[in-house]
Amino acid sequence: MQTSYSSSRILLPVRPWFIGVSLLIALLLNFLPTVASPGVPDWLALVIVFWSVREPRRVGMGLAFLFGLAMDVADASLLGQHALAYVLAAYGGSSLSRRILWFPLGQQALHVFPLLLLVQFVQLCVRTLVGADFPGLVYFLGPLLAALLWPLLTFLLLLPQHQPVDRDANRPL
Amino acid sequence: MDHQPPPFFKRGPAPVALLSFYVALSAVLLIVDARLQTLEVLRQALSMFTHPAQQFAHLPAQVIDNATDYFVSLARLQEENAQLKRGRLDNVTTLLRTRQLEVENERLRKLLGVKERQQASGQVAQILYAARDPYSRRIVVDKGQQDKVVAGQPVIDDAGIVGQVTRVYPFVAEVTLITDKEQAVPVQIVRTGLRSVVFGLGNGQLELRFLPANADVQNGDVLVTSGLDGVFLPGFPVAKVVHIERDTSYSFARIFCMPLAGVENFSEVMVLEPRPALALPEELAREAARRDAKPGAKSGPAKKKRIKRD
Repeated sequence: MQTSYSSSRILLPVRPWFIGVSLLIALLLNFLPTVASPGVPDWLALVIVFWSVREPRRVGMGLAFLFGLAMDVADASLLGQHALAYVLAAYGGSSLSRRILWFPLGQQALHVFPLLLLVQFVQLCVRTLVGADFPGLVYFLGPLLAALLWPLLTFLLLLPQHQPVDRDANRPL
Repeated sequence: MDHQPPPFFKRGPAPVALLSFYVALSAVLLIVDARLQTLEVLRQALSMFTHPAQQFAHLPAQVIDNATDYFVSLARLQEENAQLKRGRLDNVTTLLRTRQLEVENERLRKLLGVKERQQASGQVAQILYAARDPYSRRIVVDKGQQDKVVAGQPVIDDAGIVGQVTRVYPFVAEVTLITDKEQAVPVQIVRTGLRSVVFGLGNGQLELRFLPANADVQNGDVLVTSGLDGVFLPGFPVAKVVHIERDTSYSFARIFCMPLAGVENFSEVMVLEPRPALALPEELAREAARRDAKPGAKSGPAKKKRIKRD
């Protein structure tokens, strides 16, 4: 848990099960039948980057690798394609976490955008090496939308860590 | 609430070391999966966890589908029923004649001494979902190892060839559509009998390759499987020619086709039984047997020669 620019509130420590649940929900969101709309963000990549920025000691490359393998099997893509991309994103997130958290949310999103772009780009490189075609520029729309969702995601995932506002009638301060 | 002191001394391996470990691991997985294709067991094991999750994720969409189905008006259903009955009557005449023709054909073939045509049989499968991979065209159907599906089985729908089973999991199987970039189907043009191979383009279209620029191909020509591959049974409709580019600077014509089957639709498909390998004619079989036996037979004289030289 680190202090951030945007709020001086002291957050409660994160509960490990909440991290797990949020990652699993992101995985399920990725499994939704959204083939018809290719601009849908990669929710799992977004949540992995979020936790590796917020809690680099809890969510690291190991979890990113495992979730990447799950995505590879579910997507019927090459085994290791998502794993490689997520591992690189998790490394980027954790090594930039001290820097990113000093910025307001809008500028944090600007930092996160290249990381999410990297996830797509690594996958594109891997598949092009094996002989696939370029799937079109819509492929890079997902990271843009995901970066725009960063402030909302930060609010949602930090909600359980906010302390209740505890007003004491006897001691107004 | 436990506030642990930051573990200054116990931090595990350095991040860069971890990164290089995981990157190397992914690279090995990638290379082995792309070149050797020996990771199917790992894939099947992981699929035991991911497929239930995927089906869970598809539940809301299914519920919505079922709900809309449920509220379909009675009148529409009756109309559809009547239409189907009429269609069946139409088909019955051709079906009866086809049966008779098949018997006659079989007898004639026997008289001619030609190998009998194989009967097509298979099992009906429901398409569960399309794979989310933007680089390939694949679907997942609800028949797997439990139903004795094996990789390589052709998949058809009511209008023609849909694709081929490429990967089998315990409960589901993955079908590569004929429009996938890596899928090829040997075909024959019905009108002229020209044989060629049709390749997927990855954008929903197919391309008929290796036909000379002056080949007798017209828009609207129907392509059927030629059966030369030993995988697809001959005579199933595959595609229809929609556009031809004849450029004299190239030796081949560029011929674009559209698949006839509802390749990108969601419906039911039929997974055909794998085609048994045709036995070689006697002479060829004898030759092959001799070739197989040769290496052992050859080693004898070679050894003798070496001994003589010594």
